[in-house]
Amino acid sequence: MRNLILFISKYSYFFLFLLFEVFAFYILFLNNNFQGASFLNSTNAITGGLYSKYSEWTDYLNLKEVNQALAEENNRLQGRQLSSYTPLFENEIVLNDSILQLKYVFLNTKVVNNSTHRQNNYLTLNTGSLNGVKAGMGVIGPNGVIGVVKNVSEHYAAVLSLLHRSAKISVKLQSSNYFGSLQWDGGNYRFGKVEDIPKHVQLNIGDTIVTSGYSATFPEGIATAVIEEFTPIQGDNFYDIKVKFLTDFKNLSQLYVVKNIYRTEQEALENLTEEAHD
Amino acid sequence: MIRSYFIYPIQFLVLVLLQVLILNNIQFYGFINPFLYLIFILWMPFETPKFLLMSISFLTGLTIDMFSNTMGMHASASVFLAFCRPFVVKIFAPRDGYEVSHRPSIHDLGLGWFLKYAAILVLCHHLFLFFVEVFRFTEFWNTLGRVLSSAFFTLISILIAEYFRVNVESER
Repeated sequence: MRNLILFISKYSYFFLFLLFEVFAFYILFLNNNFQGASFLNSTNAITGGLYSKYSEWTDYLNLKEVNQALAEENNRLQGRQLSSYTPLFENEIVLNDSILQLKYVFLNTKVVNNSTHRQNNYLTLNTGSLNGVKAGMGVIGPNGVIGVVKNVSEHYAAVLSLLHRSAKISVKLQSSNYFGSLQWDGGNYRFGKVEDIPKHVQLNIGDTIVTSGYSATFPEGIATAVIEEFTPIQGDNFYDIKVKFLTDFKNLSQLYVVKNIYRTEQEALENLTEEAHD
Repeated sequence: MIRSYFIYPIQFLVLVLLQVLILNNIQFYGFINPFLYLIFILWMPFETPKFLLMSISFLTGLTIDMFSNTMGMHASASVFLAFCRPFVVKIFAPRDGYEVSHRPSIHDLGLGWFLKYAAILVLCHHLFLFFVEVFRFTEFWNTLGRVLSSAFFTLISILIAEYFRVNVESER
């Protein structure tokens, strides 16, 4: 026992170092856990407050690009309105609202903090649980998917960006319905890769990749990326597809949080089915 | 002498704000990010007790972590830096030791000494930080390249900050 105490006191500096490192790694792993409780990140009152103040000033600098993007989006939405369509068969169109039911609600939000240079990137939004944002909701921008909400506080939400090593979203080709998964490989922030598209599918450079709508997180058909290049993997049934994100993740401002009204219903059913098999 | 200790909280505040508001938004070629806040730990006086140095480094790293959503990463790397510092200070000690009035700066110990001291410690910190961030050795060379390029820019920013300090002190 005496020897042990002597040993520890002799190397006390090293043990102190170990103690600090263990504590640092403890909070690192605590926070890496996807649903883990985390209060010391940029959603808390001090850091979040400072960032939103700072972003109030810097927002003036990109007003031009933001206006441009919003104007383009307005154009696109304007084009989708019923008033801009001409009915082909005037007499047969019946507008019956009971056919359509509202499934997704979009909540307008603003980015107050963002990063693209790390291996695991996060964003902070200025809407929180008071606005009805919950962990697990999807976040989209004018040009496609941005990420998934990870944590929420009363006024802020931390979003796991698509530029995160563990982010993976279900996508499909716009031209056909073949689906795969889109993720980021940690390199250039403009490019990602799509896996699990079988080799027999006819691909073209410039094909649009849209969300599949299979998960309850994102609506179907949001254009997110275009094919940049593709090569068949040797000895495998799938393509290796490099895609370019339509969104410039360095230039984000106005985003939408997607609330799926039927999410709990869909997930409850899916869990029930999986449990029955277990 | 007492007055000089009041400068450290001010330095801390200025360096943290500079790091999170300006430097974290500068990324050369998309991924090189200078971490100037390290200079706060490098500037601590030689006579700082080891325990205090390590605690201060931990808190500094943790503060940076809070602002950049990288819980624990900067804290662990900064503690590693504080752990290495006494050894580096000992190895590069002048033949007749450090004088009481000496502080780790270009002004007191010369450019050569400061460059060796800062380069080795910055490299230790960056190696630790980037490998903890990736957390695997499969992309070893890629990660090492990022360590070296980031360390280079951190060192340049540290030298610039150091020359500002030298000028301020020689005018005093």
